Amino acid sequence: MEKPIIVIGAGPAGLQVAISIVKNFQNKEGFFPPVIVIDREKHAGGILNQCIHTGFGLAEYKEELTGPEYASRVLQEFRQLGIELRLSTTVIRVDENKMVTTLSPHRGLEKINALAIIFTTGCRERARGVIHIPGDRPAGIYTAGLAQKFINIDGYLPGKRVVILGSGDIGLIMARRLTFQGAKVLAVLEANNFVGGLARNVVQCLDDFNIPLYLSHTITDIIGKNRVEKVKISRVDENMRPVWGSEFELACDTILLSIGLIPENELAEMAGVKLDPSTNGAVIDENYMTSIKGIFACGNALHVHDLVDKLAVEAKEVGKNVAEYVDLSIGNSSTKGSLEFNAGTSVNIDENIRYILPHKISGKKTVKFHFRVRKPLNDVTLRMGNFQKRFPYLLPNEMSSVTIPAEYFERIDGDYLELLAVKGVKKVKGKEEDSELIQSQIVREVKIWIEKKLPV
Amino acid sequence: MKEHNPVKSNTYKSSQNFDGEYEVIIIGGGVVGTSIAREFSRYNLRISLIEKEDELSFGVSKANSGIVHAGIHSRAALLKEKLCARGNFLYNQLKSELGIPFKRVGELLVVKEGEDVNELLKFKSMGEENGVPGLKILSREEIREIEPALSKEIIAALYAPSAGVVNPYELVYLLAQNAIKNGVEIKTGEEVISINDRIVQTTKGKYKTQFIINAAGLFADRISNMVGIFDFKIVPRKGEEYLLDKKLRGLVSHIIFPLPSKNSKGTLVIPTLDGTIMVGPSAHEIENKYDLKTSDDVCWQIFEKARQMIPAIHSKHLISTFAGNRPVPVSLKPISERTPAELNEDFIINATPVPGFINVVGIQSPGLTAAPAIAERVVEIVKEEGLELIPSQSFVAHLTPTKKLREMSDLELEKEVRENPDYGKIVCRCEMVSEGEMKQAIASGAKTLDGVKFRTRAGMGRCQGGFCSFRTIEILAEELNVSPLEITKKGAGSNILVADITHRKSN
Repeated sequence: MEKPIIVIGAGPAGLQVAISIVKNFQNKEGFFPPVIVIDREKHAGGILNQCIHTGFGLAEYKEELTGPEYASRVLQEFRQLGIELRLSTTVIRVDENKMVTTLSPHRGLEKINALAIIFTTGCRERARGVIHIPGDRPAGIYTAGLAQKFINIDGYLPGKRVVILGSGDIGLIMARRLTFQGAKVLAVLEANNFVGGLARNVVQCLDDFNIPLYLSHTITDIIGKNRVEKVKISRVDENMRPVWGSEFELACDTILLSIGLIPENELAEMAGVKLDPSTNGAVIDENYMTSIKGIFACGNALHVHDLVDKLAVEAKEVGKNVAEYVDLSIGNSSTKGSLEFNAGTSVNIDENIRYILPHKISGKKTVKFHFRVRKPLNDVTLRMGNFQKRFPYLLPNEMSSVTIPAEYFERIDGDYLELLAVKGVKKVKGKEEDSELIQSQIVREVKIWIEKKLPV
Repeated sequence: MKEHNPVKSNTYKSSQNFDGEYEVIIIGGGVVGTSIAREFSRYNLRISLIEKEDELSFGVSKANSGIVHAGIHSRAALLKEKLCARGNFLYNQLKSELGIPFKRVGELLVVKEGEDVNELLKFKSMGEENGVPGLKILSREEIREIEPALSKEIIAALYAPSAGVVNPYELVYLLAQNAIKNGVEIKTGEEVISINDRIVQTTKGKYKTQFIINAAGLFADRISNMVGIFDFKIVPRKGEEYLLDKKLRGLVSHIIFPLPSKNSKGTLVIPTLDGTIMVGPSAHEIENKYDLKTSDDVCWQIFEKARQMIPAIHSKHLISTFAGNRPVPVSLKPISERTPAELNEDFIINATPVPGFINVVGIQSPGLTAAPAIAERVVEIVKEEGLELIPSQSFVAHLTPTKKLREMSDLELEKEVRENPDYGKIVCRCEMVSEGEMKQAIASGAKTLDGVKFRTRAGMGRCQGGFCSFRTIEILAEELNVSPLEITKKGAGSNILVADITHRKSN
């Protein structure tokens, strides 16, 4: 039996990448192996199924759809292509030889030798223990996504008087959702001095419902014997330390935690895929292939996305690359193909940037970089030689991207090429001896260094 | 993974006024209570164990550090040290009979620059007096060979190979399972309100008994007071524990102890069986027995102390935290009248002036280690007090070994799922716990979310219940035939869901 292509996770990334792979196969000559999408849930759609708010598919379908509606649209296309979908099936192991072991009640234990694997396993929520909120451990403390599931999928309200910690999108959406359902949302707290989620969500979820947002505040104590009874809240300084004397209490029965999403890569790690500690997602090359040949990653499992439309674009690109890889692997095509996998040039970043993808480039191909900054920055210009892109602002909660055409990589002079984001400086030089002078004139900058190394 | 059919009938209905009649009632379902219950079940007796929390072990035992001590910490000839040595020895048998999760990893009592190495010699000789095997003083180089992550400031250590780690709540559940199999009636979510003339009145019933074993942990003073014994009180001494990411697995392989203080064995670095590294516990007296808060100050202190022994430990590795309260026995007699045992906070295990009332009180460290020996001692006391002990012909010491899904080989998994598809439905993905295992946990007594969690590890993994909580609640509701709204986290008052927002059909 031929080796199939396995997509792990039938959320928007998994469905879109599968569709893209199959459509790309259709454009090629030859016979191609099947694509199988596996998901542990009873339904495909991933996290979309519980996102009943609108805002999905604006770019792709030119409509404002809810999560389930968007998932339906994608599934329609998916079904038309006849791609195999295995639900209620849990992948329990993946090894470096691309052997995928699954467990399900109806098929029992199965082992599949895969030709290629795409990890679209999404992400999980950061839980209380990791940030150590001191106090009691009563019932009534939930991550925002769990509360969203309780309400939207299971049909139960998890609390009546709620304090939300974290101003990420999920927290903001849930503030509104709980209010609609008759709960009282007393406050949304954010330890940073800037909001974590999209600006439009602050307006539509908090302002419209008069829910107070406290920036630079956090929970310093949880009180409750069996169920949450109240919380103590303090203002914090830039080092996240509670400011003495700023403490106040709020009586509540529920705390929602919206303190971050972490890409879910336990299976990838099991297989030996290298992870980037700053994203907890896989280290990838410009084709979204991981450190193991034939294993790819995309979607939230790779890095947390803000908009499903951007994720769909990414998944479509990855699908194309996977199809190309499979084409080469099974020797269909007589040409060598335009892709160079796992090329050896690293992309390095400075402290202003939290992460950048891809981690490695060949230098021969146009690359679309995705990155996030650590803190909000204004009036940033990205420059590399003659290449230039201006950003009026860069926010940590909105994924940024820049596409650099291939020809710019060829003009690497000396040992490194500097991509500088510079404010208020007219000339940028690519030579080391001038860099200090330039830095002293720079008010705020974002540096994306591209360091040319010998291929591994 | 089959149901266990009890060997004897587990309900002892009796004459007119009582809901049950027994030879022995044990108050308290922690490691001490369940050990005693199991020990008594070797004899032809009608036995009941009454636990006020909804789940066994949810008093003191659940927050135990899980260490089976070698017995090197004795400073005097105390009962607790004697029982600790005997208990440690009995753990092998417990493992072979009940399949308890237990491993002898060994302990290192370390001394750093500026501390007195001679302390180690004192502990070594006292340990040898108590019969502790294999004790050895190690030099700097020897220590580094077996525990490379230890700080360079550590100059010597006392090595005790017989120390081990155990999962304390799993131990309780296995002891209980075997006790039930051998006829013990276990009642949870039931609180003793009064005791008069060997009649025990609880929130759910009235029982007649010959003997009452007070193993009520933090509330043992309350129980003693019910029969007119007022010569001690139980003071809670809190210990906070911090769990570190499994990524650090292998960082330490032995339990690392600092030199102890008067009140406690100190902040330790513990390689747990689950693969996490645990640091703690702290030790400070508090007022409220129900206060289980963790705090930033203590967190910082614990990490400072842990890093002095293992520099690679950092609070960024933190994944979870919890606290527990030790039941410290404090004599209420005038100080001049207190015995050395009382002054040293020794275990109080004795028959009392009240006929039939046996105290098993103040069981803090090394209580977990001593538990099997405590059980033996209690049975002896009851025999001395006149109870006839006829060995039961139907007593079965073993439990059918049941493997967890995550421990099974592929072949075993295949077979298991084919026979029962419920084992192929994974609910908790982080710890690979199936519906089948959850249903089993509920069949053996779990009635709350934490009850299922502590029996199966569901919800203890990376996502901390973020994905699996509702399905777990649903399964509890289905198996217990109640609405999901009635399912609690850990007992009355800790409901998880507050309202049904759909117009579904009621149960």
